Amino acid sequence: MSYLEYSVKSTPTGLRKILFMNWPLTLLLISVACVGFLMLYSVAGGSFTPWAEPQMKRFVLGLGVMTVVALVPIWFWRNMAVLAYAVSIMLLIAVELFGTVGMGAQRWIDIGFMRLQPSELMKITLIMVLAAYYDWLPGNKTSRPLWVLVPVLIILLPTFMVLRQPDLGTSILLLMAGGGLMFLAGVHWAYFAAVIAAGVGLITAVFQGRGTDWQLLKNYQYRRIDTFLDPSSDPLGAGYHITQSKIALGSGGWTGRGFMQGTQSRLNFLPEKHTDFIFTTLAEEFGFVGGFSLLGLYTLIIVFCIATAIATKDRFSSLVTLGVSINFFLFFSVNMSMVMGLAPVVGVPLPMVSYGGSAMLVLMLAFGLVQSAHIHRPRGAPR
Amino acid sequence: MKRNPRELETTHRKLNRRTLLVGGIQAAFVGGLAMRMRYMQVDQADQFRLLAEENRINIRLIPPKRGEIFDRNGKIIGQNIPSYRVVIVREDAGDVEKVIENLTRLIPLNDEELARARTEMRRSAPFLPVTLADRITWEDISKVAVNAPALPGITPEVGLTRVYPQSDDFAHVVGYVGPVSDYDLSQITDPEPVLRIPRFQIGKVGLEAKREDLLRGKAGAKRVEVNATGRVMRELDRREGQQGADLQLTVDAELQEYVQARLGDESAAAVIVDCETGDLRAIASAPSFDPNLFVRGISLADYRGLTENTYRPLANKTVQGTYPPGSTFKMITALAALEAGVTGPDDTVYCPGYLEVGSRRFHCWRRGGHGHVDLLNSLKQSCDVYYYEMALKVGIDKISAMAQKFGLGVKHNIPMSAVARGLAPNRDWKSRVHGQDWLVGDTANASIGQGFMLASPMQLAVMTARIATGRSVSPRLVKSANGVEQPTGAGEVMDLNENNLRRLRRGMYAVSNERRGTAYGSRIIADAFRMAGKTGTSQVRNITAAERAAGVIRNKDLPWERRDHALFVGFAPFDNPKYAVSVVVEHGGGGSKAAAPIARDVMLQALYNGQPPLEAYPKKDRSRIKAQQERLQGGRRPKARPDGKDRA
Repeated sequence: MSYLEYSVKSTPTGLRKILFMNWPLTLLLISVACVGFLMLYSVAGGSFTPWAEPQMKRFVLGLGVMTVVALVPIWFWRNMAVLAYAVSIMLLIAVELFGTVGMGAQRWIDIGFMRLQPSELMKITLIMVLAAYYDWLPGNKTSRPLWVLVPVLIILLPTFMVLRQPDLGTSILLLMAGGGLMFLAGVHWAYFAAVIAAGVGLITAVFQGRGTDWQLLKNYQYRRIDTFLDPSSDPLGAGYHITQSKIALGSGGWTGRGFMQGTQSRLNFLPEKHTDFIFTTLAEEFGFVGGFSLLGLYTLIIVFCIATAIATKDRFSSLVTLGVSINFFLFFSVNMSMVMGLAPVVGVPLPMVSYGGSAMLVLMLAFGLVQSAHIHRPRGAPR
Repeated sequence: MKRNPRELETTHRKLNRRTLLVGGIQAAFVGGLAMRMRYMQVDQADQFRLLAEENRINIRLIPPKRGEIFDRNGKIIGQNIPSYRVVIVREDAGDVEKVIENLTRLIPLNDEELARARTEMRRSAPFLPVTLADRITWEDISKVAVNAPALPGITPEVGLTRVYPQSDDFAHVVGYVGPVSDYDLSQITDPEPVLRIPRFQIGKVGLEAKREDLLRGKAGAKRVEVNATGRVMRELDRREGQQGADLQLTVDAELQEYVQARLGDESAAAVIVDCETGDLRAIASAPSFDPNLFVRGISLADYRGLTENTYRPLANKTVQGTYPPGSTFKMITALAALEAGVTGPDDTVYCPGYLEVGSRRFHCWRRGGHGHVDLLNSLKQSCDVYYYEMALKVGIDKISAMAQKFGLGVKHNIPMSAVARGLAPNRDWKSRVHGQDWLVGDTANASIGQGFMLASPMQLAVMTARIATGRSVSPRLVKSANGVEQPTGAGEVMDLNENNLRRLRRGMYAVSNERRGTAYGSRIIADAFRMAGKTGTSQVRNITAAERAAGVIRNKDLPWERRDHALFVGFAPFDNPKYAVSVVVEHGGGGSKAAAPIARDVMLQALYNGQPPLEAYPKKDRSRIKAQQERLQGGRRPKARPDGKDRA
């Protein structure tokens, strides 16, 4: 599949590669980022500071990162996968030792020009290492217990480290993205059935363990779950976020209350309105039309990723692209479920829209891999 | 690792299959999200819109303007004046202490108020205004306004507060307002929201409290948009309230001022009631106090000064003070006897100076006795024995009934605080309350207004008005509310023999106008304004037989609180009664000496509607009266200015 009507027999070279990037995907990413700028401008009360302007700068930086990553051949990234994974693990250890405590959790290391969240980086390096693993592993061994155990350990190691920070949201995302990749790679479905059964058991254990010495989650995490299950039980306390978020979203109606006219966000009833709850502002000000449009843009990004993955013959490329798309999907679906009251508040930002440097840069890096896979897809004679 | 192409092909197919499966799951999830969004934003939109509006819109009350109070001639008595205060908004002030320091250089600040403001600032949100100085003068507020650039966060604000320009004169009539207290709120079931406005003023005592319903008005409301922390962002709309009703009193402020001044430093009360309408023209209790002190929040020292004063300035003696009416009650005893037909006006009784009732000897005030006395002479000379005889003939129950007919032992309906019922005792009352039988001695005591008998000065004035007119006049304090005339207290003609009443009035005329009448010294000699009256001297102690044998101690030699109360009731002009008056001087000694002159003076003041000519006074008194008039004119205290400039 070729989006530009160039007929090339072999992989392009040099800066010409830029022309062979997945341009529709790039334009979609830019569109989504622009929605983000618009909303950050709105929640700041019609001002580029303090959020919209830094976000724009970071996005430009992100585009640069994406392009650089895209220009590097995908096989280089495959070879780098294990190293990247190791570095991420070390950074997670570093954050455990020297990290800054924020919101009751150790999550970032201040490295001068930005705050690095190793757990964000881990999301992408985990996908890379798993994709490289399954690219390397012969297909007939995929479902053998020993060869299943290896990726399971690869996933669980960072998951537990992130959970210890403690960042429940990210650890669940890691688990689901990793599991999703294993499923795509062709691991027998019976393993997943077993894990789901075990998961049900674990959830039971989490709830049974509450209040005992061996309780598995922090108290605030339990409270978030309680709040999720019944937000009205504590409308001015922990349930406040969910309740206000639902009010804002619902009051948007079909076409919303107009740009910068959302009372819930303008009058600060919305919590974290520039980060986790930014979708609520969008839905309040632009209504169902606005919210559905953003959902459409996200869906198109996923569709283009899947198309890229199916089109390429390179297994690593396919798996990385799909892994990135799953990750991206998890981001926005969990965030939207959260603000709509379908999931507990776990602190997952809306990708490309929420204010935040780390998350956006890592995402752009990930899309750089997708672009690289697209540019460097095997061409030439059909089989 | 080299791969077999066929194996590559199968793994690739499997990957694509699973990709589509995962894609399908994702599509389903996105569909679910879209459905949920539609459900919330379309189906439930109205409900959520309502919740959002509830979030952002607050109703704020606009306090109503309190109704003002005027005297019968339109002179203002209870007034609303702008009250200036200085508030600070911490958030805008920046360095609060520096701003306060700058402010201190401009205007005097009370340390106590500052300390309270600092505590309030620590507790409240930074954008909420905190009062730094209340009730400051126009000059000071101007200074603050002019220096606004040097005082960030400081705003001069204007509100309304109550002030009583007549100061002491109407303290007992009108009472005063004060900020709503927690105690006030606890006394009201389901209090109006307006009462929860900080520093909202409500009537605490007197007319202000009793007609709170008319005076308060209805609060308006404005809808404002607030943010999550409660800060007002803008006003959306407002509904004006309704201001309280203005009340016009029946009291004449000038007369009231004179009466108050005439009572002077005595512990005394005087009431002047209009015989035709029952209008209370003056209702004064002395000593009085400045109600403005209470509006402001009285200092502990001032309050202690008022409560520890033996003359009880806070008590409204006109309606809540009850006294044995003494000889002023004799008209009632006489009328009860006349109406019952047990005696005629010309029948005489022999007074040897005492009467044996059972085993006890009841004395006449005149030890030597009055000899043969008829109704006229018994009143004129206030012979006690005549009334002992009458009472024993007619019985207590008829006397008590007659007293109630004239408003004694009956609670008059006037909007003042703690209006006393008084007491007109009878057999039934004594067995009910004391569990004892009524004794014949009790009847003798009651006949001359002693013993259990109690009446307030206002009741005595109303009683006198009823005697003067023969109608059941009832007192009226509020002449009109918001311009609507209130029903008068003219009353019905009482079912009494007019001839008996006429003889009674003739006797009262003799008291004031004939030689040897007990109030002859305090007569009015202007022929058009002759006054009829009755003196009373009521004991506050029992005179024992031993004491009587040793010679009754003269009042002057007794400590103040054991001296007799001096009373006088009267009406004038005799031919065409216009006003009835009652005067009680607590522990003043004899009624003819202490009470009657006051009654005569205030009556003349009322009749001449201003300063009476000296010709109305007996010749020998004129020089003394002239001096007194000059003293009262000059000595009237300067009133508190309504602009509140008297702030220390």
